[in-house]
Amino acid sequence: MRMLALICLMLATPVFAQGSGPTPALANRQLPDPAQEAEATKLMHSLRCIQCQGQSIADSDAHMAGTMRAEVRQQIAAGQKPEAIRGWMIARYGEWVSFEPDMKGAGLLLWLTPLLVLIAGIWLARGLFRRGA
Amino acid sequence: MNRPWLLWIPLAVVAFIGGLAIYGLAVPKDEQVHSAMIGQKLPAFSLPAAAAGVEGLASGDMVDGKPRLLNIFASWCLPCKAEAPYLDALKKAGVEIDAIAIRDRPEDVAAFLSEFGNPFRRIGSDSEMAVQLKLGSSGVPETYVIGGDGTILYQHIGDIRAEHVPMLIEKVNAAK
Repeated sequence: MRMLALICLMLATPVFAQGSGPTPALANRQLPDPAQEAEATKLMHSLRCIQCQGQSIADSDAHMAGTMRAEVRQQIAAGQKPEAIRGWMIARYGEWVSFEPDMKGAGLLLWLTPLLVLIAGIWLARGLFRRGA
Repeated sequence: MNRPWLLWIPLAVVAFIGGLAIYGLAVPKDEQVHSAMIGQKLPAFSLPAAAAGVEGLASGDMVDGKPRLLNIFASWCLPCKAEAPYLDALKKAGVEIDAIAIRDRPEDVAAFLSEFGNPFRRIGSDSEMAVQLKLGSSGVPETYVIGGDGTILYQHIGDIRAEHVPMLIEKVNAAK
């Protein structure tokens, strides 16, 4: 049995599911202008990787994240504003790609809920204090 | 206690949260990232040939008045091998198919085509996934229905299976 397991382990080959294309130059190389690089990095931390879904493209090693970082740096270097680049990504992948939900529709509810809960809490507490008095 | 109905508020809140939890468990999560490019024109691109003996693919090649499929695949992708017979069936049904190979080498694409057949009119090589990003595509394989005027009409995520073949033929015919 142990022998069989050992043979199975030896037969297993890692899956090369990543392909063999080159990594875009700007995926892992910083922009020469530190101010632009800072702008790009800030944006990269708030864009979601398409492939790994839970991580930002700044944190992910996935190839798709590398392509997205290169796209962000290219557009920043070309003088594009970060919010316009976020819009560019959203136009392709939907709101899903952004870690900062828009202040409209369901996004607005998301932003306002803490405020509404706080108001409801104050209202409930006020009633309690008045009764105690 | 002059307002007894207030007692029910905590229960209502807990019931609401419990309901959300049950809903979240019961409804399967859609893990797919859909392209937001449906209904829009193909982005401009021009890709070199993915292997010797095939033609490269530019966005302009798909704007000739004829609707077709655009298959995003890779030689290293297992489901792409699984869908090969169905792409073949689509071609036999008269559907024109163009393709983009993602992160691939010419020799690997050539080996893939010789093993699984070549149902494609043209195959562009997107080695850095830049065109994939422009298309709002999130992985391989994916298949788009492209209208004769270059409009992206439909996105099929994942491998094409037997049951998807008639649906895709119908979508291409409907675009004529």
